[in-house]
Amino acid sequence: MRPTSALHAIRVLVPVKRTIDYSVKIRVASDGKSVDTNAKHAANPFDELSIEEAVRLKEKYKDGISKITVVSIGPPKSADVLRTGLAMGADDAIHVEIPEKDGSLEPLGVSKVLAKIVKEGISTGDSKEEVGLVIAGKQAIDDDASQTGQMLAALLNWPQATFASKLELLGTPDLGQEVQVTREIDGGLGVVKTKFPFVMTTDLRLNEPRYASLPNIMKAKKKPFKKLTLKDLGLENEVKNRLETLKVTEPPKRQGGTKVKDVDMLVSKLKEAGRI
Amino acid sequence: MIATRSAISLGKLAIRSSGAATLGARSFSSSRSSLASTLLFVEHRKGEINPATLSALTAAQKLGGDVHAAVVGSESEVEGVADKVAKVNGISKVFYSASKPFEAHLPESLAPLLKSLLEKGSYSHLFAGHTAVGRDTIPRVAALVDSAQISDIIEVQGEDTFVRPIYAGNALATVKSSDKVKIITVRGTAFEAASTEGGSAEKEKIPAGSAEAPTEFVEEKLTVSARPDLGTASRVVSGGRALKSTENFAKYIEPLADALNAAVGASRAAVDAGYADNSLQVGQTGKIIAPELYVAVGISGAIQHLAGMKDSKTIVAINKDADAPIFQVADLGLVADLYDAVPELTEKIKK
Repeated sequence: MRPTSALHAIRVLVPVKRTIDYSVKIRVASDGKSVDTNAKHAANPFDELSIEEAVRLKEKYKDGISKITVVSIGPPKSADVLRTGLAMGADDAIHVEIPEKDGSLEPLGVSKVLAKIVKEGISTGDSKEEVGLVIAGKQAIDDDASQTGQMLAALLNWPQATFASKLELLGTPDLGQEVQVTREIDGGLGVVKTKFPFVMTTDLRLNEPRYASLPNIMKAKKKPFKKLTLKDLGLENEVKNRLETLKVTEPPKRQGGTKVKDVDMLVSKLKEAGRI
Repeated sequence: MIATRSAISLGKLAIRSSGAATLGARSFSSSRSSLASTLLFVEHRKGEINPATLSALTAAQKLGGDVHAAVVGSESEVEGVADKVAKVNGISKVFYSASKPFEAHLPESLAPLLKSLLEKGSYSHLFAGHTAVGRDTIPRVAALVDSAQISDIIEVQGEDTFVRPIYAGNALATVKSSDKVKIITVRGTAFEAASTEGGSAEKEKIPAGSAEAPTEFVEEKLTVSARPDLGTASRVVSGGRALKSTENFAKYIEPLADALNAAVGASRAAVDAGYADNSLQVGQTGKIIAPELYVAVGISGAIQHLAGMKDSKTIVAINKDADAPIFQVADLGLVADLYDAVPELTEKIKK
């Protein structure tokens, strides 16, 4: 028998994407249809905020949060970002491996995979647990789509709280328990109230992700790590990309202009250009 | 940290207020030979159509087909907005619907309504602005109609082919959709706003459906400013980390902005350090703007910042560091200490 307090404990699912590191200046690949991915990669920065938020929830509510599962859908190397998640405090990881040659799934495909994992529940030992919260980043810094969390919420018919900068629980985590989320909107902040289960997407101001310590990196190697394929999930025919990239080009280069020697010259140049 | 950073502490906030929207005007003629038929999601606030919606309309008109508009909102407001939308040049029909969740743009109730409209009208396209509301709602619609959304387009090449920036605008991808219904959000600064006059669309009120939302709107805290709105201003003055404090931001950036009648912006570094409000952030993850004049003060010019402003017509950079990357994109660069140069510039512009 599990203790009563953990009966409806919330399991948190955190999707993580492996992207080219934000500081890398990207280049268009020689095929003219993609970018050169031969560069340093890391976990998408927004996904680190998601992991951090999940870990903080667990630290605060202990029994209220049963487990944090990080999941990545991508090529074999995506395992790296899952290990980062485990070292930051996630309990286990699921890697849905997409062969390198197949490229990356579009947000719609990713949300279908995530929806399937949520609907099936995640096995822990001999029991299956329901996911009660998904925390995703608001956008991936490679495709800049900003779609996956919203699409997942739609497929699950769950409420969504996007671009969150603050999450407040109005009681111990439990299905049906209310939460209040402050969202970054155009012109300021918006506050909404919703209930578990729901999908939240994280914005920059939510938290400051922690660094994984060396002991935690070592411990992470022993944490459960499950590998799946689209076939294992029965999605090999259902998840297909719908968009064909015809070409990728460099944006038009701005002409680096002149340097002026003082404020007077700046003012007169601006007047000349009709800007003031 | 979060609490102290919350916008309330800045003491510049009011509940549900808004900045006035200035609407650019341009008429657009289109051929009607196409089979495209577009549903346009109209965003509005305080009775005004969002400029991003008008830019999305201009993008939709490039397809040449009929454009119908969907307007939702509160019972008291929606009819007035629908009247305005009916006058917008290029819209042939306006559907409108009222309910409480619609008032707060709750995507859980908005998305099913848009889905049913898309299906009933057998539309080939859904267009909306890539705003916070558009980004919140439209992907939910896309998933409901099983369509891969194309976000933040900057060019329409055909009924199924669109150009969009990726990697913080460091590459442009041309993508072709194989979906039956193309779901598109549009970068406002990439298309001129359609004219709000000259149209005479018919209006039809439609039921809200089961507009119950599992999410409840609590409140909005919007930054109140007498200055132009950052998203649509023709001039913007932005400050970066080099300002060192909120006080300096107010002392150096704001007077220059006022002298130019410009909006105030900020780099992520300045926002993260608490010198400026979140809603002022310009960049990949903040606002993407393209004003006539952009003045970057004490901003080094990281890739993520450039993604938000490099389409500005004229960029001025004031920075102490002659090697700062911002000078590579600036039309006019001044290597100087901002604490001397900005007050001098402010004075000389006032004259």
